[in-house]
Parts: sequence; structure tokens; C-alpha cells
Amino acid sequence: MAEAAGALGVFAHVDTTTHAIRELRAKGFGAISTYSPVPIPEFEEALTGHGLPRSPVRLFTLVGALTGTASGFALTIWSSLKWDLITGGKPVVSIPPFVVIAFEMTILFGGLCTLLGLLITARLPRLRGSQRYDPRFTVDRFGVEVACRPDQVSTVEAILRQAGAEEVRG
Amino acid sequence: MSQDGREATSPGPIAGGSPTFADVNRDVIRTLEFPGNLYFAWMSIIALILAGGILCWLLQVYYGMGMAGKRNPQMWAMYITTFVFWIGIGHAGTLISAILYLFRARWRTSIYRGSEAMTIFAVLTAGLFPVIHAGRMWVAYWLIPYPSERFLWPNFRSPLVWDVFAISTYLTISAVFFAVGLVPDIAALRDAATGVKRRIYALLALGWQGSDRQWRHYRRAYGLFASLATPLVVSVHSVVSWDFAMALVPGWHSTLFAPFFVDGAIFSGFAMVLILLIPMRYYFNLYPYIADRHLDAMAKLILVTSLVLTYFYACEGFVAWYSGEPAERASYLFKWVGVYAPWWWLQIFCNSVAPLVFFWRRARVHVPILYAVSILVLIGMWFERFNIIVPGLAHGFYPYTFGTYVPTPVDTGIVIGSFAWFFILFLAFIRVMPSVSIVEVKETIPHPVRGAHAH
Repeated sequence: MAEAAGALGVFAHVDTTTHAIRELRAKGFGAISTYSPVPIPEFEEALTGHGLPRSPVRLFTLVGALTGTASGFALTIWSSLKWDLITGGKPVVSIPPFVVIAFEMTILFGGLCTLLGLLITARLPRLRGSQRYDPRFTVDRFGVEVACRPDQVSTVEAILRQAGAEEVRG
Repeated sequence: MSQDGREATSPGPIAGGSPTFADVNRDVIRTLEFPGNLYFAWMSIIALILAGGILCWLLQVYYGMGMAGKRNPQMWAMYITTFVFWIGIGHAGTLISAILYLFRARWRTSIYRGSEAMTIFAVLTAGLFPVIHAGRMWVAYWLIPYPSERFLWPNFRSPLVWDVFAISTYLTISAVFFAVGLVPDIAALRDAATGVKRRIYALLALGWQGSDRQWRHYRRAYGLFASLATPLVVSVHSVVSWDFAMALVPGWHSTLFAPFFVDGAIFSGFAMVLILLIPMRYYFNLYPYIADRHLDAMAKLILVTSLVLTYFYACEGFVAWYSGEPAERASYLFKWVGVYAPWWWLQIFCNSVAPLVFFWRRARVHVPILYAVSILVLIGMWFERFNIIVPGLAHGFYPYTFGTYVPTPVDTGIVIGSFAWFFILFLAFIRVMPSVSIVEVKETIPHPVRGAHAH
């Protein structure tokens, strides 16, 4: 199946890539994604035009961690009450030792929900990524991919070339 | 420039001419070539030792726990010693991967993958011991809270149950953190591989392409994992220490134990990192990535944790005297002059005296000295746990219950086998996965910039 219309520019430098993103945005192209071997904050800034966007992963972590705390206390308190035998003169529901369990459950659930959040927000695992992806993007090249109308492809390619792309393809 | 110091494009920590991005890929992928005969020779020796350990374990299963030399009052002996030892080894990996990440200590990037792998394998090794130790491992699932027909639940006031939660959480979170860190690197392997290898790596890379969207969420998630792992690592060894400190045994019942154990864990963990990374650097020729300054930094951490540990040893003695409690004093004196005294003084030498050599910079970058001291530290830390558990139980409140423990071939074999198990996992790992993080090393070296559009 043919990919939707668009173009990809392969760049060798961070600054030329950032420049290309800025130029494309100035010309009104919005559907831009970049590929890079390492996270480059400059790209994200250029893509949004302002500071780094917030990632919703943190919400997953918070919800997961609070669920963990609650279930840690729930498990310990509920199960102690199921067999309410007083041992060692301690109360049946003795909170201080249960804090340890609740703490570990907070971290466990928080971590697992962070993983879930990462998989959902970053859309992983994916069987088919972008067909324009180039294996050099995990080595030392940076990519700028633009989705646009078929009649705009040549304009986009011109912008990418002018910004210093080593290679431009449709 | 972002506020996140990690992505700074200034020259990184790599000494002696900075490698380029392509160099990093090439050098790391080179470590995954088909290994030579030397590697298989080592693996065979280690596998034989492991087989010996498994045989000892089978003898114990068949004939019973008496094979391990356990009798009153020495019910914990070598297994719990080794369990605590391995849990401790794991701590340096999480310290490097999470705590130093949060502190933006950039020298960590080239050593964190190896040490994180070490953490996972050390915890996997440690996890065997409670099961081996408890006997009747076919009912080990009794430790897990599940509804039984009699509504009997684990006693959540018992530190042993806290331990189950702490260790299993630690293993899970470390493994997740480790796997997430591997994904972009596996994508790099996939793009360099061909044939069946490529298909396997493609599956494991989950379709990672390094798009801006993936990186944005990835970096956020990674920071959150680090923030969760940091309190976790401190809590895990504290909980392990409470296995002792919650008991009324003289010499154990102390609030000192949690920080004492955490410090000792980091101390021994760094020694193990050095023991693994120095040969790895030699055989894989990773000198541009693991330079003298990395060894220097780790040796400094060993020195600091050693000094803190010496302080705790002094506190232990002071508290025993200051408590005015005859049983406490007798237990402490027993460690100094009793039947286990040689091991006590060996521990003091290895943990408090030998690392002092790291006050000299030359020793911190001198590979044979580093290696020798690291081995001494591991011996010392193993005996530290031994000296807590065995003399502690040997000399309780009541003279009638005093008792000496002597190791048997079976429990010694299992302990030695655990080292083989650990090394076999680690050696297998470094041949199929990148033992140096491709992505994180690249982040700390100068990014390619043309300079025409200076920013």
C-alpha cells in the first residue's frame, strides 16, 4: 500500500534539521514528525514553537501509584480483619507495619502504570511504523517527515533541500 | 538549549578524542559478534560449577535440610548470608541507573547498562535463596498472599512478608526499567542486522523508530521510572535489614541496621561493577567509553561508602557498650574474640582498611589495585553478613542455646553455584544485548552540528 502523500528529508546535523522544521512551520505545514537517534529537545521546541510539551505519562504514574497505596492498605487491613486474632498485644489493624506493604505496592503499581502509559502514549508496540523510516535514523542521521496534500509535495521537498537535507524523498 | 542538562551538546565525558555517533554504533555492535573459543571455555567452566551447585541442591531436596548443616540455633546460616549479599550487589546498578540519572551525573552513561544488567541478575540470584533456605520449595507459593480455603493470610506484621513484597517489587521495577532502556538500543541493532537476527531484534524493538512523539513520552517515562526506583532501592535493603532488626536477637535489634545495610549494599555493588566492567572493557576494547575517570569515580564511591561503613562499625560497638545490656555486650565481645573472630577481623580489614588505598589517585586508576581491592570488598561484605547472622545467632540471651555453625559441603556448594549462576547470566547477556547504552553514550558526546545556522 502506498504511503499517504508527503516527503522525508534526511539530515546530518541537528541545527540544519531544526532550521528545516522552523521553515516548514513558517510556511504553514503542521503534520511534521522527526526521527533521531537520541532525544533532541531542540526538535520538540521547533515543532511546537514554544517550550517542551507535557507528556501525559505522568498521569498514569500518579493514578497507578495512588491505586497501589490504596490496595496495599486495603489488602493488609482487610486480610487482618478476616482473622482478627490479637498477637503480641498489638492491634489487629496495626498501621505502621502495613505502611511498608503499601509503600512497595505504590512503587509497583506506579511503575507498571508508567510502563502502560508509555506504551499507550508512544503507541508501542507497533507492527508497521512509517514506511519512509530510514535505518540510518538509529545511527547518526536525523529525519523530517511531512504529511501534506499531493500538490504540495514539491514545495515541501524544496524547503527541505534548501534547509540542507542530504537526501529528500517522497 | 533545554533546561534538562542531560541533552547538553557540550563536549562529553569521553576522554582521548570524542567518538562520533557512527563510532558508537560500530563499537557497541562489534561486541555482539560471534564469540571466540575463550568465551565458550569460560562458559563451560562456569556451567560445570553451576551443575555442581544444582547437584548439591538436589541432595538437599532429597535428604532434607540437615544437609545444609542447619540446627538450632543456626537456622539462617549461609543461605541468608548469601541472599543478603546478592541483594546488596544489586543496589549499585539501580544507584547508577536511577539515582545518578536524577543527579545528572554524566559519567554514568557508559557504565549504566552493564550495572543494570548486574542488578537484574543479582536479584535473580538472591531470589533463589529464600526458596532454597526455607526447604520444601514446592510450597514456596505460600509466601504470596492469595485467598486460601481457611482464610489464612500471610502475617503482614512480619518483616519476612515485607521482604517478599520488597524483593518482588524490586525485581519487577528493575526489569521494566532495564527493558525500557534497552528498546531504542535494540532498534539500533535491528537496523544494523540482517536475516533471522534482524527479525528477532525487530520484534524486541517493538517498532521503535525514534520519532519525536516516541522520544517525548519515553524521556518522561524514563524520568518517572528513575524517580520510582530511587526510593525503592533504599527501601529494599532497609526492609532486608529489618528481617534482622525486628528480631530481639542481641546485636540485631538496632535502628542502625537500615542505613548500615544500604551503605554496605552500595559499597559491595560498586566493587562488583568494577569486577565485571574491567574485563569487559579489556575484551571489548571499550577504552574510549569506559575511561580512567569512570574507574576513578567508582573508586571514590567505594572509598566514601567504606568510610561510612567504618563509622557504622564504630557505632555498632558504641551502642553495644552504651546500652548497658549484658547480652548485647557479650554478643559484641563474642564477635571480637569468639570462635568466629578471624572472620570478623577479616571483614574489618577488607571493608575498612583495604579501601583506604583509594585516597591515592594512582590507586583509583590502577587496574590491578582496583581489581584486588574490589575482590577484597566482596569477600569482606560477604563476611559482614555472615558475621551478623552466624555469630549473632550463636550467642543469644541464654547460654543453653549457644551453638556453633560449621558449613557443610552441600551449602557451600550451593553458595558457590550461585556465583556461577550469576556469571552465566551476565556473560550470556553481554553477547546478545548491547552492554553499553548506544543512546545514552551518544547523548553525552557532541551532537553533529554544521554551524551555518547557529542557535
